[in-house]
Amino acid sequence: MRVEVLILSLLWPWAVSAQGFAGLGTEVEGFAIPQRGIELSFPSDHGPHPDFRIEWWYLTATLDGADGRQYGLQWTLFRSALEPGDKPGWQSPQIWMGHAAVTTPDAHYFTERLSRGGIGQAGVSATPFLAWIDEWEMSGDPSGEMRLTAAGQDFAYSLDMHAKGPLVLHGDQGYSVKSQAGQASYYYSQPFLQVSGTLDLPDGPVAVTGSAWIDREWSSQPLSGDQTGWDWFSLALDDNARVMAFRLRGIDDYTSGTWMAPDGTATPLADGAIRATPVQYASDSGPEVPVKWHLEIPSQGLDVQVSALFTGAWMATSFPYWEGPVTVTGSHTGRGYLEMTGYR
Amino acid sequence: MIRAATLALWSHWRRHPVQLLTLVVGIALAAGLWSAVQAINAEARASYARAAAQLGTDRLDRLSRSDGAPMSVSEYLKLRQAGWQVAAVLQGTLRVNGGGVTVTGIDLLAWPDLPAIAEASSGSIAPVEVLTAPGRLFADAELAKALRDRPDLPPVSETTALPPRRILTDIGTAEAILNRAGQISYLLVLPDQPKGRPPLAEIAPGLTRQAARGTQDIARLTDSFHLNLTAFGLLSFVVGLFIVHGTVGLTFEQRRPLIRTLRALGLPMRLLMRLILAELLLLALLGGAIGLVLGYLVAAALLPDVAATLRGLYGAPAEGSVSLRPIWLVSGLGMAVAGTLLASAQTLWRLSRLPILAAPGQHRWSARPRAMRMQMLSSLVVVATGIAAFAVFDGLIAGFALMAGCLLGAALALPPALAGLLFLGKRMVRGPLAEWVMADMRAQLPGLSLALMALLLALAANIGVGTMVASFRLTFDGWLDQRLTSTYYVNARDDAQGAELAAWLTPRTDAVLPIRSVEITTGTHPLFVYGIVDHVSYRRHWPLIAADADVWQRVMSGQAALINEQIARRDGLWPGSTITLAPEWETPVAGVYSDYGNPTGQAIVALDRLLDHFPDVPNTRFGVHLPADQAEQQAEELRAVFDLPPGAVIPQQTLKAQSRAIFEKTFLVTGALNVLTLGVAGFAILTSLLTLWSQRLPQLAPVWALGQTRTGLAWLELLRAVVLAAMTALFAVPLGLVLAWLLLSVINVAAFGWRLPMYLFPLEWVRLFALALLTAAAAAALPMLRLRRLPPAQLLKVFANES
Amino acid sequence: MLLTVDQVSKTYPGGRPVLQDASISLAQGESLSLTGESGSGKSTLLHLVAALDGFDAGQITFDGISYSTLDDGGRAALRRNRVALVFQQFNLIPSLTVAQNLAFHARLAGRHDPAWTTEIAGRLGLDGVLDHFPEQLSGGQQQRVAIGRAMSVRPKLLLADEPTGNLDEVAAKAVLDLMLDLVRVSGTALLLVTHSQSVAARLDRQAHLAGGRVT
Repeated sequence: MRVEVLILSLLWPWAVSAQGFAGLGTEVEGFAIPQRGIELSFPSDHGPHPDFRIEWWYLTATLDGADGRQYGLQWTLFRSALEPGDKPGWQSPQIWMGHAAVTTPDAHYFTERLSRGGIGQAGVSATPFLAWIDEWEMSGDPSGEMRLTAAGQDFAYSLDMHAKGPLVLHGDQGYSVKSQAGQASYYYSQPFLQVSGTLDLPDGPVAVTGSAWIDREWSSQPLSGDQTGWDWFSLALDDNARVMAFRLRGIDDYTSGTWMAPDGTATPLADGAIRATPVQYASDSGPEVPVKWHLEIPSQGLDVQVSALFTGAWMATSFPYWEGPVTVTGSHTGRGYLEMTGYR
Repeated sequence: MIRAATLALWSHWRRHPVQLLTLVVGIALAAGLWSAVQAINAEARASYARAAAQLGTDRLDRLSRSDGAPMSVSEYLKLRQAGWQVAAVLQGTLRVNGGGVTVTGIDLLAWPDLPAIAEASSGSIAPVEVLTAPGRLFADAELAKALRDRPDLPPVSETTALPPRRILTDIGTAEAILNRAGQISYLLVLPDQPKGRPPLAEIAPGLTRQAARGTQDIARLTDSFHLNLTAFGLLSFVVGLFIVHGTVGLTFEQRRPLIRTLRALGLPMRLLMRLILAELLLLALLGGAIGLVLGYLVAAALLPDVAATLRGLYGAPAEGSVSLRPIWLVSGLGMAVAGTLLASAQTLWRLSRLPILAAPGQHRWSARPRAMRMQMLSSLVVVATGIAAFAVFDGLIAGFALMAGCLLGAALALPPALAGLLFLGKRMVRGPLAEWVMADMRAQLPGLSLALMALLLALAANIGVGTMVASFRLTFDGWLDQRLTSTYYVNARDDAQGAELAAWLTPRTDAVLPIRSVEITTGTHPLFVYGIVDHVSYRRHWPLIAADADVWQRVMSGQAALINEQIARRDGLWPGSTITLAPEWETPVAGVYSDYGNPTGQAIVALDRLLDHFPDVPNTRFGVHLPADQAEQQAEELRAVFDLPPGAVIPQQTLKAQSRAIFEKTFLVTGALNVLTLGVAGFAILTSLLTLWSQRLPQLAPVWALGQTRTGLAWLELLRAVVLAAMTALFAVPLGLVLAWLLLSVINVAAFGWRLPMYLFPLEWVRLFALALLTAAAAAALPMLRLRRLPPAQLLKVFANES
Repeated sequence: MLLTVDQVSKTYPGGRPVLQDASISLAQGESLSLTGESGSGKSTLLHLVAALDGFDAGQITFDGISYSTLDDGGRAALRRNRVALVFQQFNLIPSLTVAQNLAFHARLAGRHDPAWTTEIAGRLGLDGVLDHFPEQLSGGQQQRVAIGRAMSVRPKLLLADEPTGNLDEVAAKAVLDLMLDLVRVSGTALLLVTHSQSVAARLDRQAHLAGGRVT
């Protein structure tokens, strides 16, 4: 689960305060709706699905620097359709937005790009795979070698990536349910990327190595009207298992997730199988958000503390959210990423 | 006690309602004209700020093609893919109701930081309505109304955040309504640029970067205009304070017995002073409030012309309506109060130090050579300070410092100078009565000197500004004749139509002269380079103010350029210098021409040379030469054949008339302020005379008793005022000419970049001289009539001790 | 008779009568004092004789001229040419020097005799202050200048209204002595308004006014 529907309401600066997170339940007239039982096919599904309202290519990485410090990195390309369909030129309804960030133990750098698809300033092609906005690129084969670049005013990075495991389909073969009312999205991941590269930070370049995780998701109306935000975990455990878990906050919380064995075997986690409890809050650079969690998945014997590497990883972008690297301790150890939306 | 004392103090006004009126009017005039000028300035500045913020474009650097042609989307993408954060802008002109409206299409996704968009955000406009077809236009109320009548245009949103006659829209929409798909006029370089971005020369050598124009350019240009207005406002304020000073002096002179009585009855001086201060404060607020109303009305009346001036002269986006700003109200009242207290300070100070039983004031009538010498000396010091400031500082400030020094120095020197003249006059006249009149005038000087100074300043300002405007007009007319030599001018839609037009016209006319230009940047200043083809009309008429011997030969053979006076003066480039017009194009300057009314720099080269460096300069404007009697018929034919809009063909006469109209509007405000200032000076004389009235009787009564009629004395009173005004006017002429010289040769150069020749208009001085006499006579008429009708018993009272 | 005032009445607008049927007469070279309470009309009578103001009823004839026939200009001419005036205060023209003041009336009347004016200035002890302005003089000096100016025109009649009223006793005596001396030497008639009996007693004849009538 990612920043999802925010993009619908918040892409445009003037709509931020007016609609905010309540925009989740907006009408989807004319857009396609995810259906259970549709088989995803690759590489074509690495490319865009313009009939759906929203879609993203979302990469997070936990890194170790040559300087001995831990780092986190984010690269995201969102597609949002103002109307169904596409056409060339400035007036295409396909709007693209890029977010890039680097988090260190004591700082958080981020930047944002906006673009229109119709003039070719941003987009995604499936073969060969290339996702770009301006000079930012994610390219290569999601099941093989890949490259990633982005730059902001005060940082830049480039990574070489290498897939060590298969793609993982969430939910029911990629059909991921988001509420008791049945809202859903198509959702798959590449959680087994090994990476190395360079972060260019204000203090100078840092060579880094680590692991990365790509999420791919598209939908038209993935949340129900009462849902106000979510807490989303992507954890890479030291035993090479991967955990994706989220909690959607609504009248009744809705939880879902996937337990991924080191060989990529996926076990869906149904509503109620996950318990996520905030332990400690912070408001270093934005609203107060939980920066330490108690996460339990009894069915998998997981009972861990999840703590932010840097509590001020607030993305003060067109729509604001918290996104940053975390450390896992307890029954299991590991690293991962945490995303929290809908906090004010 | 307070109540009783207050009532007693106020009873004075019941007995002297005219005095009360004078005081309030004085304060109102002072505050009114000042506030009017402030309102005009504030409004104009707000307009600039709004316009600058509206596009935000003036805050950002621009990239455009060096050859002047529009950019393509692929050029834009190339920059984007290199990391350059730029926003595309397509700008063009749309014809609405027969007039041109500027359409600015900005990539609103890349640069939505615009007030008009923020304002619209409070409404319910969804992004999809703006970014996708048909799109949405933003315009001010007036234009929006006109646009809604056009079914071919997208829906319109009204906004207060745009200057008049301007459409803001998304670039996609602009493409459609301007029918210029795939074109980009220029790119805005956005504030945040990513790390590791390659230099422009590496990725787009065909583009040039222009530094942000900022609002400074407009601000600096228009500063001079606003400073001018402020100077006028200050002048009126000072003259108004003269009135207040005079009236307050009179009031307390007359209330002295009352004050003496109140104090004898035990009213403490401190309480008395507080009551008087409260009274003055109340009157100041009342006068200030009336002044604000007056100021608002004056500002509202003048602002449309001011706005037209600013638009015409500087291209500054000024609007023609006044809005009430709280800061303006507060500062207006503040000025009224401060001014009133300042003008009353001397009187209050004397009053506070008055012994209880002081006799009514005895005036010193002997001439005071020492005081006069001191005043003369301080006058010289002030003038010297002005000259020193002029020598030390540069530009506008220096000019205004010199001007202030001259005006203030001359004002200070006026009373000693008049005293000297009267001294001479007394020795020259024969007969006791004439001698007495002279001596008496000299004695009257201290009481009238402030009012006479006011008159001097008003007259000098009139002569100075009048000479400047008239000189400018004369020069401007001659210049128009030199500059506009084509029989008519024609604008084509695009290059293709331009070529067709030229082909059609060539066999049918004496000459078709293309007018092609490209905007480049030298330093931070924009510069328009024009390419022309050789024609006798240029050689014969072009208004060169400095030139090499073989100027046309060199320019037409492509060896040299002409530049306008503005850059010549700004950058110190004269014949013999070299100017850089493109990175690898340096060319000698062969001549400098006057270019009035143009806020930017300009250069002229041979067309071929221009095309060598800027091959894609649009070719859409032509000057057509043919016998004048065929012009109208051919213009009609041209319009019909090429289906040109009405404004596309402009006869020379129309262009001249339009230019002259702009010119006249420019100086309408100055004229209005001139008249108002003179009026206020006249009022100052009147109040001074009324103030002196009570002191006049001891002067007049003995002469009357010794065998003069009251009517005769009354005429002498009028004569005195007129003679003093006449002498003041005599001083005002040279002062006004100095002022005119400063305006033409110093202020204009600093403010506009051109120097104007000064012409003298003696008839105008005669008219002003007469006006000064009339002003003085009108001001003296009331006291004169009063004297004629004065009962002898009133005069006789002078001789008998009241007690 | 040089001057005849015959049954003259005067009422100021909106006031009670100031003079009622007042009559006096004065011969060439003769001196007459007018005394009376404050408001008795004595100053008004003097003003009427000086042609400074008009009257309602009666006759005034001076030097063969009947006042009833005079307009404003005629009255001014009479003041200028035939009478001379000394008031209690503010006699002098502040903007002129002592010398100019002394000569002023005579020059207005067109019979300035510099020698005579110089003699008068000497007699009045003003030689040292001829360049001074009135405001620089003492009250007694100012009144002497006023007398000098009046005498320099060689008037047939000198009209004086409390000329010593603002002066202390010593100065008053000195000024009065000089004035009476000059009048005697030049053979000028004198009409003097005073509230002082002792001053009145020094003149040839005395008239007393009460309630606007000569008693």
